Amino acid sequence: MNRGKSLFLVIVLLFFCATAWAETIKIGAVVSVTGAASFLGEPQKNTLLQLQDLTNAKGGMDGRQVELIIYDDESDVNKCVMAARKLLDQDQVAVVIGPSISGNTLAITRFFSSAQVPLISCAAAEKIVFPVNPWIFNTPQLDRHAALKILQDAKVKGYTKLAILTVSDGYGQAGRAVLKELAKAQGFDLVADEVYSPKDTDMTSQLTKIKGVSPEAIICWGTNPGPAVVARNRMQLGLTIPLYMSHGVASDKFIELAGEAAEGLVLPAGRLTAVDQVPDDHPQKTVITDYVANYSQKFNAPISSFGGYAHDAFLLVHEAVTKGGSANPEDIRDNLEKISALPGTSGIYSYSPDNHNGLDEDAFIMVIIENGTWKVVP
Amino acid sequence: MSFLTVIDFSSLLQYLITGLTLGSIYGMTALGFTIILNSTGVINFAQGEFVMLGGMMSVYFMTALGLTEPVAVVLAVLGTTVIGALVERLAIRPVRQSPAINLVIITIGVSILIRGLVMFFWGKDTHVLQSFSGDTPIMFLGAAIMPQALWVLGVSAFLLVGFKFFFSKTLHGKAMLACSFDVKAASLVGIGVERMVLLSFMISAFVGAVGGVILAPITMTSYDVGVLLGLKGFAACILGGLGNPFGAAAGGIVLGILESLGAGFISSAYKDALAFVILLILLFAKPSGLFGQKDSKRV
Repeated sequence: MNRGKSLFLVIVLLFFCATAWAETIKIGAVVSVTGAASFLGEPQKNTLLQLQDLTNAKGGMDGRQVELIIYDDESDVNKCVMAARKLLDQDQVAVVIGPSISGNTLAITRFFSSAQVPLISCAAAEKIVFPVNPWIFNTPQLDRHAALKILQDAKVKGYTKLAILTVSDGYGQAGRAVLKELAKAQGFDLVADEVYSPKDTDMTSQLTKIKGVSPEAIICWGTNPGPAVVARNRMQLGLTIPLYMSHGVASDKFIELAGEAAEGLVLPAGRLTAVDQVPDDHPQKTVITDYVANYSQKFNAPISSFGGYAHDAFLLVHEAVTKGGSANPEDIRDNLEKISALPGTSGIYSYSPDNHNGLDEDAFIMVIIENGTWKVVP
Repeated sequence: MSFLTVIDFSSLLQYLITGLTLGSIYGMTALGFTIILNSTGVINFAQGEFVMLGGMMSVYFMTALGLTEPVAVVLAVLGTTVIGALVERLAIRPVRQSPAINLVIITIGVSILIRGLVMFFWGKDTHVLQSFSGDTPIMFLGAAIMPQALWVLGVSAFLLVGFKFFFSKTLHGKAMLACSFDVKAASLVGIGVERMVLLSFMISAFVGAVGGVILAPITMTSYDVGVLLGLKGFAACILGGLGNPFGAAAGGIVLGILESLGAGFISSAYKDALAFVILLILLFAKPSGLFGQKDSKRV
């Protein structure tokens, strides 16, 4: 009989262990660790894994341990769809972070509305959050915010004739549309609208054409390495027209690639780019310094704002779960919408039922490249 | 913004200079295609990878081994030449008897392998080399010429003359040409066909690497620059007439200038499309290319 009792006890214990195991909060993530967008996905994966460890060491979210399930979509839209299905159907996660790229995000949003699980994307396209899908959020600053910031600066400097030079991929063309719309609305005169392809290695033709219509400033919109080529070609042609870059190149890699040609260029960037120049009393100061310290200590790699997007997504989930005291997908969604003035690495988030991006143009600061480093424009 | 205000002499000159520089590199890649084609009858689609290896190896030798740029550049060119030899030894020679189409597909495989290995070991970042003689542009009639562009033009011209001499005057060059006409006949007159094929792979890897090295300061380099350069080089090859070294170089320059003028005068968004449309029209009119000879068989 004794043996029967102890066996019963073991079974009961096992049962409790199993329920305690089920009590962990499952957070899914699908990011592009390899493939063309690996420069986005790799820091995002590192960031998420580190946050999981840090959070669990501090007692988890709302007293429960966090279990992170990360899939790599290899920057491929089909793999991303498969990963999303797996997270929803098989892993039954409470919330999903990612994907890294806009195209992949747009391809999987419909699964989330039908599964009723919130998705916090690390991609920036406006289509992700406009029009609002109740289940879809994103963390990066929008192109619109960056364009507004650049045009504000141009207005202060008294420029009226602008030229734009954009890359022919999704990022560049979204930027081009926003720039054209906002420049027109704010009364700028757009005298040239040139395009280059992502793999182009020489933009002298475009710049020569732009030079011919003598604008007062050029706005270049692209991700590395194209804009570095534009900067170098501008110097090679001896052009003195001021050149704005987009936030897509706000990383030290750009300064390395463009070298001397980067000097004097002005661009919008998140505060993460110039950590030590953020004033101590700024609400984002603590979260940014902590993130930079933790990340660079563990991975011995330079910080990137892309990793910050995943950091903020995790932070938002943490806030929603802790404040709401529940890790049900529906509750997380509802509580995300209640988040207000939460400082993250990319900006200060205030979500609402009709705003699922939560940032405004103040998430950016204008920086100028001087002596090979970033300097905040006052 | 009228169309006419955009056309002034200095802009036109600038477009031509840009096109000439880009075109020389397309031409050099095309030259590499031609050399292997002439001795084996195979189009080597790993040619773009040789170009990439030239640039990436220089970067590697400089950053990882701390060598100075001239030493790194020479080592990179030699290293790529050795890789060219390895490709022939390991991938082509064991299946030498297969039909040409199989060998072509093998070269595609080799190019994917090389690209993958470089990505895996040296990363996916873009890298930059310093210009060989500074970044101060030389102003010429209102157009800016980069010193590096002069390097590109000079080295391409030098290589071209060198190969003309090699193929028409030296024993090895003539032997390689003989192999391309008829392998059996060539071996019957005592030419070591296998050695010639090995040599052709080494030479074309050498040309590719030289192109990659002198191009890297202008266009920067990364593991995947070879794809587009290979494609453009191949197009230049076809444009100039397959198998003609001078045609290949000229084809490259024509393609480069078409692209540059297209971007300048018509639309930068469609410059690649424009260049290829003109290529297509040309081939409809003259299927053997600008300088190609009609294939004729004596019965």
